[in-house]
Amino acid sequence: MNHAPGHDVAHSEAPALAHDHASPPIALYLKIWGLLFVLSALSYAVDYFQVEGALRWILIITFMLLKAGLIVAIFMHMAWERMALVYAILVPPLALGTLVYLMWVEADYTFWTRILFLGAGG
Amino acid sequence: MSTVVRTDADETAMERGGPPQALRDLTADWAGDQEAFCQVHWGKAMMWIFLLSDTFIFSSFLVSYMTMRSSVTAPWPNASEVFALTLFGQSIPLILIAIMTFVLISSSGTMAMAVNFGYRRNRKVTAALMFATAILGATFVGMQAFEWTKLIHEGVRPWENPWGAEQFGASFFMITGFHGLHVSAGVIMLLIVASKVLRGHYEQRGYAAVEIAGLYWHFVDLVWVFIFAFFYLW
Repeated sequence: MNHAPGHDVAHSEAPALAHDHASPPIALYLKIWGLLFVLSALSYAVDYFQVEGALRWILIITFMLLKAGLIVAIFMHMAWERMALVYAILVPPLALGTLVYLMWVEADYTFWTRILFLGAGG
Repeated sequence: MSTVVRTDADETAMERGGPPQALRDLTADWAGDQEAFCQVHWGKAMMWIFLLSDTFIFSSFLVSYMTMRSSVTAPWPNASEVFALTLFGQSIPLILIAIMTFVLISSSGTMAMAVNFGYRRNRKVTAALMFATAILGATFVGMQAFEWTKLIHEGVRPWENPWGAEQFGASFFMITGFHGLHVSAGVIMLLIVASKVLRGHYEQRGYAAVEIAGLYWHFVDLVWVFIFAFFYLW
């Protein structure tokens, strides 16, 4: 992760200008840009061709995570940042998994409570 | 490290006899961020921390949307049909949202290149790319305004809609509204930073501001990726 161009910040004269000498080339950005277009088109295709069930979810989540990963790693330069910053930013959101799980369980409970006690309404 | 710094600060403050010790500590602690992420521009670290907190805000919206949607017994309106547009006599599902997605991704592309040209100190190209990003962002907000107008005319309200579960309107307006607000703020920020680039404001202090603006802009695009998947494709 830290061996990409632009990481030899230790030799840089001013920290703020760490990217001055070896920024990722424009060609890389264009490639990622194209890739994001293709991935978006693919997720749109999932809806357009009405893929349903488990396959729909697998495809949507996969394309979503790939897009998010490309944006964070390349466009937001995370791949060239120091480990301390990478971990400080990327680890805390993992806690959201717990929240999603708890709310999923709670939603299921509410749903069946409504079915049982409110008829099919509400 | 930080304890050493703090003791020094304490002594200096005592020598000066200055009362606002708490304020000094506050400044020292936050300035200490430069030490924690050494050689990372402080503004960049702070923008990342802001974006982290923003991540939790948007996650709260999306998680509460998930909770509501999976606990309602009424059918959820079909996004594919709700957001369909009739173009050339044909109804195309979700087409407006797809176009909005491509517009926002394009703006991320131009922004990434603006950052690159900023660090090469090419002022004109940097500013031009940032203005292009701002125009694409404004286009996105315009399309969102069109979408809102269309849905409001069709009778969608935060408390009701013609197609099914009442919670649809509340989630839709809250999530896309908050995101649209972020895009609008981003457009304003881009215009300010771009005009500063053009005036040569960053020639001495460096072009980190362009990268920081870029971080925010890419984050807005990143959030849209999740909204697109969870709100429109579910």
